[in-house]
Amino acid sequence: MTTSIKQLPDNEQVLSGNGSCGGCPSPMALRIVGKALGPNAIMLLTPSCAVASMGMTPRLAYNWPCINVCFATAGSSASGIAQAVEILKEKGRLQGELPTVFNWVGDGGTYDIGFQALSAAAERNDNIIHFCYNNEAYSNTGVQRSGATPRGSFTTTTPGGKRQPKKNMALLMLEHDIPYVATATVAYPGDLYDKVVKAKSIPGMKYIEILAPCYLGWQFDMPDTVQMSRMAVRSGAWLLWEAENGKISFNNPSSFIVSGIKDADPVDEYVMKQGRFNRLLKGPDAAQRIAEIQGDIDRQIAFMRERAKITI
Amino acid sequence: MKEARVIMDTGAHAAALAVKSARVDVVPGYPITPQSSIMEAVAAMVENGELDARFIPVEGEHSTLAAAVAAAAAGARVFTATSSNGLLYMHEVLHMAAGGRLPVVMCNVNRGIFAPWTLWADQQDSFAQRDTGWIQYHCSSNQEVFNTILQAFRVAEQINIPVMVNFDGFTISHCLMPLTLPPQEDIDRFLPPHKPEWRLDPAHPSSFSNVTNAAEYAPFRQMLSSDIMASIPLVKQAAQEYKDITGMWDGDTIDAYRLEDAEVVAFAVNSMAAELRLSIDILREQGIKAGLLRLRLYLPFPADDIVSALPQNAQVMVLDRNYNFGHPGGILAAELKSVLFGRRSDITVKNRVMGIGGVDLTRRYMAAEIRAMMDE
Amino acid sequence: MKSVTKAYRPISWPMKGSGGDTGSWRSHRPVVDTKKCSKCQLCWVYCPEAVIDRHEITIDYRYCKGCGVCAKECPTGAISMEKEE
Repeated sequence: MTTSIKQLPDNEQVLSGNGSCGGCPSPMALRIVGKALGPNAIMLLTPSCAVASMGMTPRLAYNWPCINVCFATAGSSASGIAQAVEILKEKGRLQGELPTVFNWVGDGGTYDIGFQALSAAAERNDNIIHFCYNNEAYSNTGVQRSGATPRGSFTTTTPGGKRQPKKNMALLMLEHDIPYVATATVAYPGDLYDKVVKAKSIPGMKYIEILAPCYLGWQFDMPDTVQMSRMAVRSGAWLLWEAENGKISFNNPSSFIVSGIKDADPVDEYVMKQGRFNRLLKGPDAAQRIAEIQGDIDRQIAFMRERAKITI
Repeated sequence: MKEARVIMDTGAHAAALAVKSARVDVVPGYPITPQSSIMEAVAAMVENGELDARFIPVEGEHSTLAAAVAAAAAGARVFTATSSNGLLYMHEVLHMAAGGRLPVVMCNVNRGIFAPWTLWADQQDSFAQRDTGWIQYHCSSNQEVFNTILQAFRVAEQINIPVMVNFDGFTISHCLMPLTLPPQEDIDRFLPPHKPEWRLDPAHPSSFSNVTNAAEYAPFRQMLSSDIMASIPLVKQAAQEYKDITGMWDGDTIDAYRLEDAEVVAFAVNSMAAELRLSIDILREQGIKAGLLRLRLYLPFPADDIVSALPQNAQVMVLDRNYNFGHPGGILAAELKSVLFGRRSDITVKNRVMGIGGVDLTRRYMAAEIRAMMDE
Repeated sequence: MKSVTKAYRPISWPMKGSGGDTGSWRSHRPVVDTKKCSKCQLCWVYCPEAVIDRHEITIDYRYCKGCGVCAKECPTGAISMEKEE
């Protein structure tokens, strides 16, 4: 059973009055993550909205020890801290429970510039949780294209719409043979909470990717953050799944879509609510562009359905 | 009371033994010739339990230093090592380590930089990191490598500034020389356990390096600038106390040889400066009043010590194993001239670039070069 | 805490209002109609700013940015967005 909202703990690790935009999914998701991790954790950040909004020196919006690291280094920096706290505890210079070491990094710091170091941390199976809050673009620098930007999306560096599909980053991480991989999104806080609690209990490298609809980058109305997150899941554009020791299982409602019990919503409504897509869907090729976006989604669902059958 | 041990060892392995003696906690490492021997030795020490530390086999030098500074922020004593293009690849993180005041100690095994490829020594790699905010030692013998790493940890942890210990690839890293190993209890007395005054601590949450506005950023940079200069007395104190405890002395900021009455002074760093002692002897035999001023501490540049050490009216022959591209000659000459300007108008500075990419620098060659420079 | 940290390292400490009194950003304020509220806590869980008390369903207007997510997600329509004066 998924943890209900009323069962979530009271502790708040994200403090009110931070510098993020109204309706931002990063603190929204991080609040839930914080309830699962508790205060005994060390947080790493790479350049992103989460850094821009964490408060200017000497003020801090997150109630954890935090370190800002160089953009490409989330994986290696987290390894350094994880190894340091373990040896210091072994040597008796650190008392109490080992803190959870986690990265809070955007899609740029995960899919693109941070990929190499993250891949290596996964291959070493260092004891960290890497959270990718994925808003599908470099929103902090003014919404440029990233490896997570879906096909057909306008960004400031794809003014005619991105022509390539996004990577399946979570699956790439799974193929590193790490003990836990999960996807989540802000509309399903109980699902996210349970996944973080599980990740915290597993030694080794954990990867959790959270779809984070950004009203500024995606160009929808500010109150619709959660609704866009929900529509992404219901249309199959974002699949909720987790993999323990390589075995993939799909979470509700994605499980219904993947198993065919319930049809995914057509992507049209999801796409047409977002300026990043619909501004490019005014010409005669609109139907073809939507068909391409739908095709990418259908292919991903089919591929993940088949991939999940491999349980060796 | 245990006695010191004398062994034959390479510079690279001497560095690894110093890491062990310093009781380092975390060592991230990535291979590059000619540094790899240090990491191999450390990895073996961790594996066989000689060194109670974590070795992190990262996937590149940028990550090497990233893991190192992060481990330091978590409160660990951290060592790493690199060379040449590996050091260049770290460049961004070098700045972060210094700006963040994280007392990492790193060996750089000097090697010329790409392109074209070379494997052999010059100082283009370390000198190119001049403005990153690190303290930089340059060593001329295997023993000095061992001694300096221990001194570096002490200085780094006293003032919270990272320290780079440089020495030449192959000439030092791979050549056997006698190495005196002081008893561990002496080293423990010299280098107490690392007690960082700040670390990432969930019991006292604080964050490191949020965005700062200009009014806050500028003072941090100013403090880094003035604290680097303030490390000179600490460097001297570390060298002196190391001598008091172990009896060994490599100089402090500078190392002088036959300098008191010298009319011609060679000025250089690293292994070529060890060979230069023999060149000075040759010149002395030829009736030339020659001396050597070896720069041991490149950064902070020990201006006062140099200015007061140079004899009256000396001709200083700066032998640079690097290029100061965009200027004639090498980097050391430019640095030296800048500190003499307005303070020692009696001094003449001449400059030669030599030994680039490992070109062999023999005592006779350098003695002849100095002689030729005298006539210029 | 601060006494153990030298000023030369750029350190920050947790506090509310790290971005200032972010309530001043608001163009519309969420107002809760307690008669309609079912105390389901959806507004609390989705609030990016952690400004809603989960039991009393009261809002800390000093920091509420007025994003409107709570009003949008409220299943009983108990939260309305009212234009700031």
